[in-house]
Amino acid sequence: MRDHWGDTLQPALVQHVELTAIAVVIGFAIAFPLALLAHRYGRLEHPVGVVSALLYTIPSLALFQLLIPFSGLTWTTVEIALVSYTLVILFPNIMAGLHSTPDEVLEAAQGMGLTRLQVLLRVELPLAIPAIVGGLRVAVVSTVAIATIAAFLLPDGLGYPIVLALKEPTPFKTEIYSAGGLAIAFAISCDLLLVALRRALAPWAVTGLA
Amino acid sequence: MSAAAEIVFDHVTKRYAGRDAPALDDLSLEIPAGTFCVLVGPSGGGKTTALKMVNRLIPFDSGDIRIDGRSVRDLPLTELRRGIGYVIQQIGLFPHQTVGENIATVPRLLGWPKRQTAERTVELLELVGLEARDAERYPAQLSGGQRQRVGLARALAADPPLLLMDEPFGALDPITRFRLQTELRRLHREVGKTVIFVTHDVDEAIQMGDRIAILREGGVLAQYDTPDAILAHPADDFVAQFVGEDRALRRLALRTLRDVTLEPGSQSEPGSRVSPDTTVRNAVSLMLETGDEQLVVVDGDRVLGVFHLRDAGELL
Ligand SMILES: Nc1ncnc2c1ncn2[C@@H]1O[C@H](COP(=O)(O)OP(=O)(O)OP(=O)(O)O)[C@@H](O)[C@H]1O
Ligand SMILES: [Mg+2]
Repeated sequence: MRDHWGDTLQPALVQHVELTAIAVVIGFAIAFPLALLAHRYGRLEHPVGVVSALLYTIPSLALFQLLIPFSGLTWTTVEIALVSYTLVILFPNIMAGLHSTPDEVLEAAQGMGLTRLQVLLRVELPLAIPAIVGGLRVAVVSTVAIATIAAFLLPDGLGYPIVLALKEPTPFKTEIYSAGGLAIAFAISCDLLLVALRRALAPWAVTGLA
Repeated sequence: MSAAAEIVFDHVTKRYAGRDAPALDDLSLEIPAGTFCVLVGPSGGGKTTALKMVNRLIPFDSGDIRIDGRSVRDLPLTELRRGIGYVIQQIGLFPHQTVGENIATVPRLLGWPKRQTAERTVELLELVGLEARDAERYPAQLSGGQRQRVGLARALAADPPLLLMDEPFGALDPITRFRLQTELRRLHREVGKTVIFVTHDVDEAIQMGDRIAILREGGVLAQYDTPDAILAHPADDFVAQFVGEDRALRRLALRTLRDVTLEPGSQSEPGSRVSPDTTVRNAVSLMLETGDEQLVVVDGDRVLGVFHLRDAGELL
């Protein structure tokens, strides 16, 4: 009998972590400055929002197919699709966070003589943290899920053992269960980490009184 | 302690875009340094507009506002605002910062050393009736009244010579409001700053103000004088109606038995015993209630004198 963990599952998990991490990091690196710009120049918010919403309506498998003529059966194709989804989740959440500062808090900040940049850095961004982390949680969990579909294109990620097992005349249930279980465990671990991050960065938001 | 500032509104007019009627119509007002000036009037009279022009949260069209002779337009915006305490009804504390951090906002902007800021914070908490350990709490963990105390401490932090307050107690229950009104008066006596205080409540205006400016709809100044002078001589029917029919009684409420000349009397004098801090209005009310013609004013065991019902009318 093959060593499932060493031969198949462990590499698949590492690939899956990489696929997810790259997608979320790049998605955030694009969504965050874009949201800051849209927050500063209000006119941008709507167009960006519409484009992201459209992207989200395309089924992931279809999006992979659409991209193959351009970038082939590569990680680039997979990542472009995954990044698009994280963008769609992160951008509106970061926007909502930046908009969540109550009017009277802004008025008080202005009245005390904070500059526009100081208002952003000392008031709006800290107050946006719960919404931003909330967006990251959804983005990470859904990316972990969507990344399994990448196995239809590439022999990588936790989706691959599942695809292989499904092709057998009598599918190996253990492969399906253990790969799926790993994906769920990975998603839950990320989520717990992010909850801890929010507690650390926004202690005021977890007192339960805000 | 920095000195108080003199504020002058010099023919200030403001018309909001898309509105025909001005929100503020040729307002001229001189507020001497150290004065507690109340802007009062019906809703839409332009009180908030007038206040927010001083720290330039709202730009004005014509005329000028000067602080100690200097136009507010000549100062850099941030410098102007850091030198003015600003308190609003909704308070606007930073929810993500502790009470201590909230209070330290302006000192921090001004680059005060950490130690000085920390000492000042403790001093301010005591000044506004909070405890030093409240510095660690978040705004969400405070009551409305405590929050407004923090708002006041935050506005006073860098010891500005001018304090702007827009209906600061408007959202509080009557008991808390009364307590904070009393404390703000005491605080004003202690720190001696110029205060511009907006309210639509005539009682509050009379209780708090050294001077009252009454603004009517359309942003027109109806009268600007001391509470006593306004009650004694309302400029017109609008003012008379605005301050109420019971003007005489309201005037009596402005004075305590300490302020009136008492007739000498001894321990054997008949009549209820009252403290010299009783208002003349309450003294009259008590006599009407008991049917007595006189009261004995006592300070502890000592008799200060006798106050007669007929003397009350002569005070008006
Ligand atoms: N941003 C604005 N744009 C247009 N009109 C405004 C604006 N702010 C105030 N106004 C108008 O200007 C007038 C004066 O408003 P202001 O808020 O100064 O009155 P106020 O005396 O503070 O009233 P209140 O007691 O209700 O607070 C009102 O008619 C109001 O509708
Ligand atoms: Mg107002």
